Amino acid sequence: MTTTSGPLLITGATLADGTRTDLYLAEGRLADPASAPAGVERLDAEGLLALPGLVDPHTHLRQPGREDAETVASGTAAAARGGFTCVHAMANTTPVTDTAEAAEYVAALGEREGHCEVRVVGAVTKGLDGEELAELGMMADSAAGVRLFSDDGRCVGDSLLMRRALTYVKAFDGVIAQHSQDVSLAGPGACCHESEWSGRLGLPGWPSQAESIIIARDVQLAELTGSRIHVCHVSTAEGVDVIRWAKARGIRVTAEVTPHHLLLDTPLVAGYDTTFKVNPPLRTSEHLEAVREALADGTIDMVGTDHAPHARQDKDHPFDVALPGMLGLEQALAVVMEVMVGTGRMDWPTLVERMSAAPARLGQVPGQGRPLAAGEPANLVLVDPAARATVDASASRSRSRNNPYDGRDLPDPVVATFWKGRRTYAR
Amino acid sequence: MADPVPDSPTPDSPRVIAEEAEVTRSLRRIAHEILEANRGSDDLVLLGIPTRGVFLARRLAALLAEIEGRPVRVGELDITMYRDDLRRNPTRNPARTAIPGRIDDAVVVLVDDVLYSGRTIGAAIDALRDLGRPRAVRLAVLVDRGHRELPVAADHVGRTIQTARDERVQVLLGELDGLDAVTISRGGDR
Amino acid sequence: MRHLLSAADLDLATATAVLDLAEEMQQVQSRPVKKLPALRGRTIVNIFFEDSTRTRTSFEIAGKWLSADTINVSAKGSSVSKGESLRDTMMTLDAMGVDAFVIRHSSSGAAAQVAGWVKAQVVNAGDGQHEHPTQALLDAYAMRQHFRTLGAAPAPGATEFAGKRIAIVGDLLHSRVVRSNVLLQRTLGGEVVLVAPPTLLPTGVENWGCEVTGDLDAVLGTCDVVMMLRVQRERMAGGYFPTEREYSERFGLTEERLAALKPGAAICHPGPMNRGVEISSAAADAANSLVLDQVAAGVAVRMSVLYHLLGSDEGAVH
Repeated sequence: MTTTSGPLLITGATLADGTRTDLYLAEGRLADPASAPAGVERLDAEGLLALPGLVDPHTHLRQPGREDAETVASGTAAAARGGFTCVHAMANTTPVTDTAEAAEYVAALGEREGHCEVRVVGAVTKGLDGEELAELGMMADSAAGVRLFSDDGRCVGDSLLMRRALTYVKAFDGVIAQHSQDVSLAGPGACCHESEWSGRLGLPGWPSQAESIIIARDVQLAELTGSRIHVCHVSTAEGVDVIRWAKARGIRVTAEVTPHHLLLDTPLVAGYDTTFKVNPPLRTSEHLEAVREALADGTIDMVGTDHAPHARQDKDHPFDVALPGMLGLEQALAVVMEVMVGTGRMDWPTLVERMSAAPARLGQVPGQGRPLAAGEPANLVLVDPAARATVDASASRSRSRNNPYDGRDLPDPVVATFWKGRRTYAR
Repeated sequence: MADPVPDSPTPDSPRVIAEEAEVTRSLRRIAHEILEANRGSDDLVLLGIPTRGVFLARRLAALLAEIEGRPVRVGELDITMYRDDLRRNPTRNPARTAIPGRIDDAVVVLVDDVLYSGRTIGAAIDALRDLGRPRAVRLAVLVDRGHRELPVAADHVGRTIQTARDERVQVLLGELDGLDAVTISRGGDR
Repeated sequence: MRHLLSAADLDLATATAVLDLAEEMQQVQSRPVKKLPALRGRTIVNIFFEDSTRTRTSFEIAGKWLSADTINVSAKGSSVSKGESLRDTMMTLDAMGVDAFVIRHSSSGAAAQVAGWVKAQVVNAGDGQHEHPTQALLDAYAMRQHFRTLGAAPAPGATEFAGKRIAIVGDLLHSRVVRSNVLLQRTLGGEVVLVAPPTLLPTGVENWGCEVTGDLDAVLGTCDVVMMLRVQRERMAGGYFPTEREYSERFGLTEERLAALKPGAAICHPGPMNRGVEISSAAADAANSLVLDQVAAGVAVRMSVLYHLLGSDEGAVH
């Protein structure tokens, strides 16, 4: 799908700040449009926005281990379709990415087969078991250059181990990304936001406080250790409050919110459709409102898709047994436009900060999240802000079909994606 | 002997072909016939088929008691679950089945208002089979309108009339309808 | 009615029709030939992913007495442990031309999920901690019979349940029986009082339209029916209450509490009972205990439900 392109002159595009400009893509970088030779291939971008390529801090590519659900190739193709030029591959594969070798294996797969840049997230603990630290330093020193570490899918529950991890990664400026879930309050069976809905549906409840209690502990550990902490998929008003407090105190915390926690609410699980089973669970409207506000005001720094493909056979179980997770890469931009931009809560420059610049800084990815200026790598997405379409799960580039937006009318913004000057997606 | 029905009735105006006096006369005659055929009211059980058969059975039982000077057993037999067209119709709750005592070795007289295709009676015989083994089963109807679809014949008939399939014969009874009458109207196969 | 997944699927007319027909069906139990031909040629699969001899047997007898071909499939632990999904298990059976599934599953929502997949009609015979609509119907049946023995026919337009207070006592958090009873009584007009330690109340129960209390003694004398729910020993380990002794002391229908019941009040228990914990033997075996009436009503009520679902082709999809 990735075509090796020659030089390209994009004409009449509008930047996030409203400036109209031509963009000249040559040898993988942006160059002065005036230097474009006559007769170069041209692309008319009249009426389209040109944004820096999107960066996802939180992606499950499932390879190695569950290539029936997703591969590096299919997952990054979905990313390109969604306007992403970089994703961070989570560590909960089989085997777990908890060694330098495993990290290099995934990084090499990305180099070879990726339709965008693949950055590797290493496990915090061996086998994600929450007991012993994984070889964090060796992963950092490896060719994969890991900087972000997470046991995502599981919470690092032990306070002392979390303290050690936060302290240890300071040596190489690493960041721990925490899946905040107090498992004694929200155990493995918990699958529905604890609310009137969980009570009526008879589903084990997952209270908001199971998230905010861990965030509160972790930000204080970050303060204690002087380390950076990143909070994955913040889904609750209580979690937002704690992060806001921590930031006001000067604690080095960043946070992400998923597209689904911005748009989808608890009542969707009333039909027990396991497509809507996700962890943390879909929350009620007051929480949606809180995370939207936090994303607008910067309390939540970025959007992370938590793109979690699952094969059909892992979803066709009773609700409490089916695997949690939903797709996110292809509709992430559409959802943020719908919820944040379309409603006037956020402007385009802020969207670029939340979906490109901030996650690139978190992952310390050079050449991503950069302004569209001459000399920068040609990572960009062309966006039609007016286009809409009904989402069709069967048309996905992902290998999986657990798309919670199936059948929804949403923006359909991505016209073309360029990664290092190559066209990785074109409508 | 079948009475000819001269004029064609219109759909919206049912024509009365028997009034209260004739209904009463017919029932009285049927009561006498039953006693004659049965040589008295011993072992007799009248079972009305809902809805109107139930009321006719009660009236017949009252007449028999009056003639014989002692009560006659009377009950109701719902056949909804035995209908061969059950599945083709919307679900409806069956009416009551109430059998006065055991029917083994009794003479059961099934009582219905109108005998038409014979399917109701076929279903009633099936229903009876699940309730016991009567010595004999007889059938009394107020009106026989012909067009049988099963080999069923009534033992006691109030009146036989010739009808077309698209005509509708209705028995009205004071207990339900405020007056006794038999009417005929054009209004579809019934 | 295409499926019976929730007691909320029953409007007043249907619920009343089901209870009325159950009375007729109960007569069949005293007939020489306990069989009606209504469901001749229909195939009902009772698929139980969780053991329940009582419910399965009563559905099996109900189907057989209506002349349906009933097949029992014990699927306990089969699908997940063999790697087969619930969907595949059900689609396989559905492909054999089954007319209805009676399904029991330990997971909430399983019956609703199955109904979305298969062509057959589905009866929820208990799904996890969610619902058990036929249990609520047979509870209502036993209660209605009891109310009738007390005389006083209901006012025109009202049901026998109007003005009646029904206390449901025990582990409401994990109970499918309570959810179905609350929904059914909302339709039938009974007033439900929920009694439990606060740890065993479902989240949001205050919005169920019921009185909720942790003080059994305060409401005991005001209720026409007291339904005791089984409390499982493993809840103790979960920290929901400290000891059986304390539970029984505060929430058990002890012999002393029996004496405090309103005159004519009935005692219900969906079974199986933990005698000495939530219910004393004196209460379980009392003259006003409907425990055995509930069991006896099970077959008749399930016959009525099966007839209402399968008696006409209108509910089926062909």
